[in-house]
Amino acid sequence: MIPTKEEMYAALEERHGKELQKKLNDASVAVCGLGGLGSNIAVALARAGVGRLHILDFDKVDISNLNRQQYFAEQLGMSKTDALYDTLKRIAPYCDIRKDCIKLNEDNIPELLADADIIVEAFDKAEQKAMLVNCVLENMPEKYLVSGSGMAGIAPSNMITTKRVTKRFYICGDGVSDVEDGMGLVSSRVLICAGHQAHAVIRIIAGEFDI
Amino acid sequence: MVKINGELLDKDGKTVSEMLADMEISGQRVAVELNEEIVPKAKYDETVLKDGDHVEVVRFVGGG
Repeated sequence: MIPTKEEMYAALEERHGKELQKKLNDASVAVCGLGGLGSNIAVALARAGVGRLHILDFDKVDISNLNRQQYFAEQLGMSKTDALYDTLKRIAPYCDIRKDCIKLNEDNIPELLADADIIVEAFDKAEQKAMLVNCVLENMPEKYLVSGSGMAGIAPSNMITTKRVTKRFYICGDGVSDVEDGMGLVSSRVLICAGHQAHAVIRIIAGEFDI
Repeated sequence: MVKINGELLDKDGKTVSEMLADMEISGQRVAVELNEEIVPKAKYDETVLKDGDHVEVVRFVGGG
């Protein structure tokens, strides 16, 4: 039996307080890239009661994703947007979720992400990360942007931090642990970075901008 | 002197492209902020750093 919208909202209010829950409910967040970072960030934001989520990815769920990404074995082959949409709806059935199975580029970003208050960069490849960040900062200066860089391997948790680069641009990660250097991505460390990014988003929504 | 990622360096008169080349950083994997403003990629070759500038070079590495 799924609880009513009012019951779920009341449960969130009880934990987060009326004022913060209203802000979370009114917020609109776009998560770009639904891998180890993005899928976990989206789950955290849905659980927190963010009212509108926009999830974007062009890829399908692969067996190599299951070590760290929020997908299930029976979802292999599904588009990540469809698979994560189903999961998010199971967590937060009343969340307004928009999904776009599409590859982002400099031409489609401004239109696709126009509705978001906060944009989360959660891509895998360094060049794609840089492309999205530069595109948003150059063309959409009114947006808040939370990016992730450096979380591969099993280096210490505490190397991962949140930095506020400029007023509206935050970056999480250790800045150096590159997946190309050998060691792959490990669930716990990716989750730490995803947690930093999701928490930066929630603090921005709350109006708390310090790090 | 130009403050780059918190460190004072003698890069006065160099362009953003030249600064990145000195740092052996690929322009395809960075975002560059000059005095809190993003430097558009298309302007890396023509944006000249001057004394007192604050530069943040954000480097992206793979994984996500």
